[in-house]
Amino acid sequence: MIRVSGLEVTFNRGTPLEKRALQGVDLTLEKGEFVCVIGSNGAGKSTLLSAIAGDVLPTAGKIEIDDIDVSRWPTAKRAKLVSRVFQDPLAGSCAGLTIEENLALAASRGQRRTLRHAITHARRASFRDRIAELRLGLENRLKDRMGLLSGGQRQAVSLVMASLAPSSVLLLDEHTAALDPGMAAFVIGVTNQVVAESKLTTLMVTHSMSQALQVGTRTVMLHEGRVLLDVRGEERSKLTVDDLVARFHNVRGQVIDDDALLMG
Amino acid sequence: MRGSSFRRIAIGAVVIAVVIAVIYGSSAPAPGEGFFGRIWPILNEFAFWTAIQLGLIYGFVALGVYLSFRVLDFPDLTVDGSFPLGAAVTAALIVSGVNPWIALVVSIFAGGAAGLVTAFLSVRFHILHLLASILTMFALFSINIRVMGSSNLSLARQETILTPLTSLDLGITAAQTRVIFIAVLLLVTGAALSWLLTSSFGLALRAAGANPRMARAQGISTSASTYFGMALSNGLVALGGSLFAQTQLFADVTVGAGTIVIGLASVIIGESLLRFRGIWIALAGCVLGSIIYRLVYQWALTKDQICLGFCLDFRPSDLNLIAATIIALALILPRLGAGKGSIR
Repeated sequence: MIRVSGLEVTFNRGTPLEKRALQGVDLTLEKGEFVCVIGSNGAGKSTLLSAIAGDVLPTAGKIEIDDIDVSRWPTAKRAKLVSRVFQDPLAGSCAGLTIEENLALAASRGQRRTLRHAITHARRASFRDRIAELRLGLENRLKDRMGLLSGGQRQAVSLVMASLAPSSVLLLDEHTAALDPGMAAFVIGVTNQVVAESKLTTLMVTHSMSQALQVGTRTVMLHEGRVLLDVRGEERSKLTVDDLVARFHNVRGQVIDDDALLMG
Repeated sequence: MRGSSFRRIAIGAVVIAVVIAVIYGSSAPAPGEGFFGRIWPILNEFAFWTAIQLGLIYGFVALGVYLSFRVLDFPDLTVDGSFPLGAAVTAALIVSGVNPWIALVVSIFAGGAAGLVTAFLSVRFHILHLLASILTMFALFSINIRVMGSSNLSLARQETILTPLTSLDLGITAAQTRVIFIAVLLLVTGAALSWLLTSSFGLALRAAGANPRMARAQGISTSASTYFGMALSNGLVALGGSLFAQTQLFADVTVGAGTIVIGLASVIIGESLLRFRGIWIALAGCVLGSIIYRLVYQWALTKDQICLGFCLDFRPSDLNLIAATIIALALILPRLGAGKGSIR
């Protein structure tokens, strides 16, 4: 469960470059909910995700995960509650380490790392099973370096990595944006599977309007650091991509009008 | 990525070819007959064992530099200060009557402390890692003189960890005894390091260096990793310094100059000779590189001319230029063919 209340994030506070990325976001995700976040560039989607993950500390407001206030925790400490997949396929894994070493790293996420061998026979066997579920043939390449995989393969492995150790929350930051449409669809399939199996509370940022409506259980639209739209259930299933685009244009139009007034 | 291993082999081949060509070309009127006859007798027995011994001692430095440069991705020049620190602490303690083994252990901790200072400056205050390490190295010059009370100390006629061994009659020379002893110590250290780096803990250390953002997302504190890695790296280098003092029977504040270059050269030579396949091979490569560097160095000390078709006047002091050129080439060559789509 995630509870974000009155979250404000301001970059470069007190300077001419001041940017109020989040201006009071209230958002509660119940356990097992799968929320898609959309919004135009600069709406604050990625900042929201970074704030929950701990990369960005809030200027004001509170972030709770499983009723624990984590607002001041550094990223590494939050990792035992939060697992992530990044937008850049290179960001979520170590290119120089082998697939199984990357999996071993993820399997110990948020736990004590001992001087025992990172890759035991038992662990390797369980990695093989998990990777085989992807049906990419990677189970026979566990000793290959991660850098040899394609972007899509790396994202798929990253999703498996995210689900190896127990966590309360899964954060997906436009994790299909760098992939071709076929691979993006495949990775979304893996995402649904992983989320369903591990019953994770998931927050997914996306650029794709259709993805935002088809995937998950709830859609949230951010605009200028605030929640503009929050739909679920029947209301959401009736919503079409055209409706969403219209909403987008609506707020965009307002912005333009405001600008016009200012200019005038 | 196939291209990367190919380039490594190519660089290795070029380095070996150049070394052999230089040795071959300059060793004319050779005592032996034929190709090997001309290459082998270039070092007399004394110079050969000295080279192996120093190669093994600097093997500890190479392991330390591998840890900072390659594992942590932290270019650390502290080693130019922590190597003589190890020598200085050892010499000062032995002269004041402390057991040489205790002196060795204290040296490791002293080196580790030096590494922690660099890590602290870099992690806590965000001083550029290179600059942080230069500051520590610079300060260590003063500290090393303080530790010894002067700019050098002699250990002649003092008890060292090697004294009990060399006084035994094993039917081999004292130099060979020293080599075997240091080789065993290096093997034990290398095995321990290899075990550490393949453990869960070590894997986290490698991730923190390779991809800090990913490491943090996996719950690894990159600051803690830097502190630990830098302490261990400089502890290893100081261990090398301690063994240097105990085998060469002196410590001098200037012995540290260029330690980083020697260590880096060893790592790079090792990487070009042995393809990266697991930690064991990489660590062995560092030691091998260190020994090769010393053999070439010892050989160069005996030369006054280098002939490659034409002859050049040569002085041992030219070796810094040659070492720097080899390192630069080894760093440049892999990038030439890299181009687009290659993975770091």
